[in-house]
Amino acid sequence: MIVYEVFRQERKGQAFAHAGSVGAPDAAFAEAYAREQYGRRGESVALWVVPREAVAEIHEFVDELQKNYHRVDGYPLKEKLKEARERAGTAPPADR
Amino acid sequence: MTEQEFLEYVQSGGQVETDDWMPDDYRAKLVKFIEMHGNSELMGVLPEREWILRAPTLQRKLALTAKVQDEVGHAQLIYRVVEDLGKPREQCLEDLISGKSKFHNVFHYPTETWGDVGVIAWLVDAAAIISQKALLKCSYAPYARIMKKICWEESFHILHGRDVILTMMNGADEQRELVQEALNRWWAPLMQFHGNPISPADDPMFQWRIKSQGNEEARQQFLDGYVPQIWELGLIVPDPKLGKNDEGVWEYTEPDWAELKHVVTGHGPQTAERLELRKTTRAETEWVRRTVLAEAA
Ligand SMILES: [Fe+2]
Ligand SMILES: [Fe+2]
Repeated sequence: MIVYEVFRQERKGQAFAHAGSVGAPDAAFAEAYAREQYGRRGESVALWVVPREAVAEIHEFVDELQKNYHRVDGYPLKEKLKEARERAGTAPPADR
Repeated sequence: MTEQEFLEYVQSGGQVETDDWMPDDYRAKLVKFIEMHGNSELMGVLPEREWILRAPTLQRKLALTAKVQDEVGHAQLIYRVVEDLGKPREQCLEDLISGKSKFHNVFHYPTETWGDVGVIAWLVDAAAIISQKALLKCSYAPYARIMKKICWEESFHILHGRDVILTMMNGADEQRELVQEALNRWWAPLMQFHGNPISPADDPMFQWRIKSQGNEEARQQFLDGYVPQIWELGLIVPDPKLGKNDEGVWEYTEPDWAELKHVVTGHGPQTAERLELRKTTRAETEWVRRTVLAEAA
């Protein structure tokens, strides 16, 4: 038996989401099982059936170089804006 | 991660994936619980299967067949989850047939009339959906995820069951009588369904957050949701003590916990016959599995 992961699309234009898996001896059976399990009540407009072996899983994201310019926390606008407003004399009354 | 840290993690709402580290006891409890759920889906179709050929109309026959297909589908999805935890489906089926593993009490009883079919689809599925909805928050994420699809299909079953019951209640006196008799037969097993009122603090399944609610909480939810629906049809619940007290808590005659234990340990009125049927069909279809695997190889 081979394990196939099944992804389903609920409506056209939506992202495919992981639905579950089926165990099947080959791709043809996997397709038949996936149709029955994840599509027979019209709950999907499309399925992706992928051998589990073919899915590369990545779940560690090391950030050695502290590349915070990729992230929101790399841009501390709030403090800088406060300082800039104070300099320009436009700070709202609460900040003065 | 230590076992204690893991426990704190799941108790604070953390979820676990297949490849994550988990304590052996957690894995063993998960397999036992999920396997019993899979067994119940599979055995649960047998009482209904008996009525496919006797269904009163073509529409009912098709609806019942579809329900049976859904339940077998649930068993397939659930056994797949068990397989990823390390126990092959073949082994689950072996243990089911040999009586080593269990299935829910309600599937050990006979289906005497078409009234039973309606009561099962309406009330047994209603009791089951309450447990299954609570599993949407299970600490084991792959199980929680498939529960979404399962609950969605279960809601069709309740719809079908309620429609069967309403049709009969709007029919002749004889039909109303069939429903009342079926309700009388099913009430005790239904009250036992969610298990004895063990406190969640003492329930290892709750401690590991495999279940997210206690047994009594589930039963109260069932009574709250369905007793009014039963009463409004003019049906009588066969328990003179049943009623809601001033604090809004349902009171009822203590269910027979000895019967529950006796039945789920393999001594129900239909247990032997149904396991025998499972065994026979499994042997009869052995050549199909062999051929399919050989073809694919
Ligand atoms: Fe089910
Ligand atoms: Fe169901």
